[in-house]
Amino acid sequence: MKQQAAITLQDVVYETEKNKIIHGITGMFTKGKITAIIGPSGAGKTTLFRLCNGLLSPSDGNILIDGEDILTFDPVNLRRRVGIVLQQATMLEGSVRDNVALSLQLAGKELKQDEAERIIQEVGLEAEILDRKSRDLSGGQKQKVSIARTLLNEPEILLLDEITSSLDRVSKQDIENLMRRINSEYGTTIIWITHNLEQAKSVADEVWVMMNGTIAEAGPIDILDHPENDAVKHFVMEEEK
Amino acid sequence: MSTLALLLTLIFVLIPLILSKTLQLGLEKDTLIATVRSIIQLLAVGYVLQFIFDSGNILYIFLMVALMIGAAVQNARKKGASIRGITWKLVLTFIVIEVLTQGILLGLQITPPTAQYIIPLSGMVIGNSMVLGILFLNRFTSEVASRREETELILSLGGTPKQAIQRSLLASIKASTIPTIESQKTIGLVQLPGMMSGQIIAGADPLQAVMFQLLILFLLLTTAIVTSIMLGFLSYPTKFNERMQVID
Repeated sequence: MKQQAAITLQDVVYETEKNKIIHGITGMFTKGKITAIIGPSGAGKTTLFRLCNGLLSPSDGNILIDGEDILTFDPVNLRRRVGIVLQQATMLEGSVRDNVALSLQLAGKELKQDEAERIIQEVGLEAEILDRKSRDLSGGQKQKVSIARTLLNEPEILLLDEITSSLDRVSKQDIENLMRRINSEYGTTIIWITHNLEQAKSVADEVWVMMNGTIAEAGPIDILDHPENDAVKHFVMEEEK
Repeated sequence: MSTLALLLTLIFVLIPLILSKTLQLGLEKDTLIATVRSIIQLLAVGYVLQFIFDSGNILYIFLMVALMIGAAVQNARKKGASIRGITWKLVLTFIVIEVLTQGILLGLQITPPTAQYIIPLSGMVIGNSMVLGILFLNRFTSEVASRREETELILSLGGTPKQAIQRSLLASIKASTIPTIESQKTIGLVQLPGMMSGQIIAGADPLQAVMFQLLILFLLLTTAIVTSIMLGFLSYPTKFNERMQVID
């Protein structure tokens, strides 16, 4: 059966005045699958996410969702459809509840108590945390709150940028399980930047290895067991050490 | 005041010059420039005002106010260099402030429609609006930079540019208007305001002077808040492009 694309990239280039960060990427993220993106720092992974979420626009090439160029989408709708959890887990001043409610509040909706409790427990936190000040949270707790607020938008595509790097082992597993469940229950396409090869192999169906703003190798996750590209081979060996 | 008395006031310039020289503060040049400029500028304004008051021609009032606005824009625009079209945003803000305040003063016959009232009051309003504008632009530029991650977070969750920048905007409006409000709380207790002092020294009834000073204070409250809000709402869209992305 032919796999459907959630996001298609056609020769996508992104450059600033000083640097070329993405050098003509062509590829697709399969609908309903979990794709891991791995690669060294500075490979353009986060920039690629920002392009897909519409925080940046390509300098050249096209990004398509359901066959339509995202430049034709209303940016607000695009960003609700393509949710992103950023690595830095920025918290706004105020309570955890204020932060969790943010995505609904931006859409002019209210977060009900039972919904707040459900989502906060879903990401592995206790409901009591809702009334705490967001500045008092640990790095891991902040990351979980930022996942919760993105999930409240019910995105059809979820971009996760190193979201478990500040979590302990148990929390990491909780989040991995949560993402597997969201993927299987709601059919949400998940694209996950991770530095952890073990995590990539455990959660992802497919993988993109990015290097120097290009895709060095892409395919089913088991390509990491026998990469063809020498640079990828070297990278995988280094990461597995 | 006699010319001799005025000349004797230069002693107050000599004191800082001597102190600066003795303590090697290096302020002599700036002090001299400031003194010469203030003498030339104020004398020139004095003669210009005399001419306008004598002529009674309304066109000169407009010209004088336009000059004030031009000078205020020239001064404030440097602080907003990072904001596209800041010159016209400042021009519009100062015109609105001037029309609003003079409209109320003249429309409700609070002050008579003569150059003696319109020009000094306009000077105070536009001058204050300029200082407020500079304070606002300074704060807004730094708030936008320091809250960049927060702004992008809100955009990434499907917020509009207005929602994304609201916190920076409100913080800047608040920070720039607080000094005006705070200074009014202690006015009369710590120092007598310049205009009121001037009137009393010139022989006016102290209660009349107080009433005029109150008029100025209330005017400046409106000036402060309207300047910050107008500049804020005119400026924030320039921080985003049509795809609702933050412009660097």
